[in-house]
Amino acid sequence: MEGLQIVVCGSLVPDPLQTLEPVINPTGPGLKNETMLPSVLDPWASHSLYEAANLAKQVAGSKVFLVSLGPKAKLQQLMMTVAQKAPFELVAVDGSASGFTDAMDVAKTLAAAIEAIPGLDKGKMLLFGGCSSASRDAGVTMQLVGEQLGITDQFVGVDEIKMQDDGSFSVLERIEGGQYLASTCPSMPAVLAWATGSLPEPPNNPQIGMANMRCVMPALQKAKPASIGVGGISFEKTEIPAQKRDTRIVKDVSADEIAAELVEWIKG
Amino acid sequence: MADLFLVLHTECDGSFSKAALESLSTAADLSSKLGSAYSVGVIGAGASAAADAIAGCGAEKFYTVEDEAVAAPRYSSDTKASAALIKAADAQIILAPGTSRFARCMPGAAYRTGAAVDTHIVALAVEDGKISAQRWYYRQRILTTLSRADRPWILLVDGGVSDAWQGDAGSAGAQAVAVDFGDADNRVVIKGVESPAVDAQTIRPDSAILFVAGAGWTKKQSDGEYHIGDAGVLIQGFLCKAGASLGSSKSLVDLQSDGQETLSFMSHMNQVGQTGSTPRHAKGLSTCCHGEEPHAVGWRFINERRAINTDANCGWAQGKADVVYIADAFEVMEKVNALLS
Ligand SMILES: Cc1cc2nc3c(=O)[nH]c(=O)nc-3n(C[C@H](O)[C@H](O)[C@H](O)COP(=O)(O)OP(=O)(O)OC[C@H]3O[C@@H](n4cnc5c(N)ncnc54)[C@H](O)[C@@H]3O)c2cc1C
Repeated sequence: MEGLQIVVCGSLVPDPLQTLEPVINPTGPGLKNETMLPSVLDPWASHSLYEAANLAKQVAGSKVFLVSLGPKAKLQQLMMTVAQKAPFELVAVDGSASGFTDAMDVAKTLAAAIEAIPGLDKGKMLLFGGCSSASRDAGVTMQLVGEQLGITDQFVGVDEIKMQDDGSFSVLERIEGGQYLASTCPSMPAVLAWATGSLPEPPNNPQIGMANMRCVMPALQKAKPASIGVGGISFEKTEIPAQKRDTRIVKDVSADEIAAELVEWIKG
Repeated sequence: MADLFLVLHTECDGSFSKAALESLSTAADLSSKLGSAYSVGVIGAGASAAADAIAGCGAEKFYTVEDEAVAAPRYSSDTKASAALIKAADAQIILAPGTSRFARCMPGAAYRTGAAVDTHIVALAVEDGKISAQRWYYRQRILTTLSRADRPWILLVDGGVSDAWQGDAGSAGAQAVAVDFGDADNRVVIKGVESPAVDAQTIRPDSAILFVAGAGWTKKQSDGEYHIGDAGVLIQGFLCKAGASLGSSKSLVDLQSDGQETLSFMSHMNQVGQTGSTPRHAKGLSTCCHGEEPHAVGWRFINERRAINTDANCGWAQGKADVVYIADAFEVMEKVNALLS
């Protein structure tokens, strides 16, 4: 099999350990101190990046592209860590990474950026990304990008791909009740929106980082601005519902008594 | 023209899932609030018989696609069938249950019908004839109420928004919608569903209680030793006796992908939280989990929450659980299992 061209769509989201507070901007909702919040690569998209790198290693001549739409300065910061994880070529687009933007706008921008990758051969292309983001959490962007690129073999919630020598592959997609839907696809292109996959986060590798950085800086300089907004959504209310509970702390009580109370609660 | 249209799919045995029947109640309710009729489209094996099974739901018209191509879930054919139904009904507001099948294909159907699409809808309201929808952003942290002027507008509704519809069967007189499935729609071959063995089936969405295990089960205990084997016996014993569904913190399942000794019956599929699932259960018991914000995110839809932790300063104590037991989970769960026997 000839080398694969794996295009991974992944952008930044606020570090999950940060407290998020909504604010209303003239253009729609946003997050308080959004530009200051530390970011991470969107978790499911990062799993797809690790899976892409792993697959590319198995098929000689393969190449991974990371297509990322986000504010340029924040992408640059993010690349300091992400670029050390796996070899890729960055395709950056300078625009909002807010979860409140409309997925259709985002998908159009990503599809245009992918179409513009010089020499991309769709016959060898696997389009990877997360099955959902930790920001909008809608699970629609990858399908919309795929549709715009004319790719109608799509898989969502993927935990496994197994490539065959003839370019066909099998996929496991998460479905209800902890089960998998197993299917086979005869050839590329295809969209795979990943769940967690099975690979751990790779350790930082400064050598990979150095090699990636040669392309990262020019890619960031070239990043085209994109105007991404809330589209047709009107947000009527944006809030953090009060959720503090009146916690009863049970201390210095025997395991027998706790067990009896728990069993009563479970059965009640 | 169908102002309001509900799209459902059958399961492989031709029945409707609970999620489908819940969304039928949601559609019926929305239709009465809007004061307008609604129609129903069904795709999948046995679609017309399934339409008959819900004939008493008050829908004005039924449409079906039940070709072999949609007998099993598949993006290419499901997207085409869903788009065809939406076009046939000339639908403006389209509801669908947020099942894995529709979560996969409805965005594509939206693209092909020029519709806007919003997913994970947790509530719908009508005021002065205007529909608004509630959904969470940033993984169950920020709740929004939104609306759109765009039509068509597809809304995928989460489980638990309404009770499952119950009513009379009859003759739906469904109109079969012709869809021209070609080779391109049949390229992907569905091999089947891979289910864990019955005794390894730890994810039980219909269970009343969620049991969440944290990394503490695999840590050195007060005697300075690891007790991972005992932890496995206690957890599996509880799942079996209480009929509970099993959730995990990220740290616990990550140990497995890092190649460390851990609980072999758990996988990333069990993970709840920021990058895991957000299950719906009436009760949840957290054990050996610290329970900070990313974890609490996964508990958004658990009504009653209790936790067992040796540390009185764990996150659960900060107003996130109803009761926190400061105790050794090994000791407590052994006694709980004995009492449940
Ligand atoms: C990008 C990102 C995404 C994330 N997504 C998620 C997610 O989806 N889900 C998630 O859970 N986390 C997530 N996290 C990780 C999260 O921040 C925490 O690190 C994780 O939840 C901690 O897991 P834990 O509570 O099991 O382990 P620990 O923090 O190690 O806590 C173990 C607890 O066990 C207790 N303990 C030990 N022994 C006993 C005993 N015998 N009896 C009772 N208690 C005992 C200890 O007191 C301690 O509180 C994410 C982090 C990042 C950066």
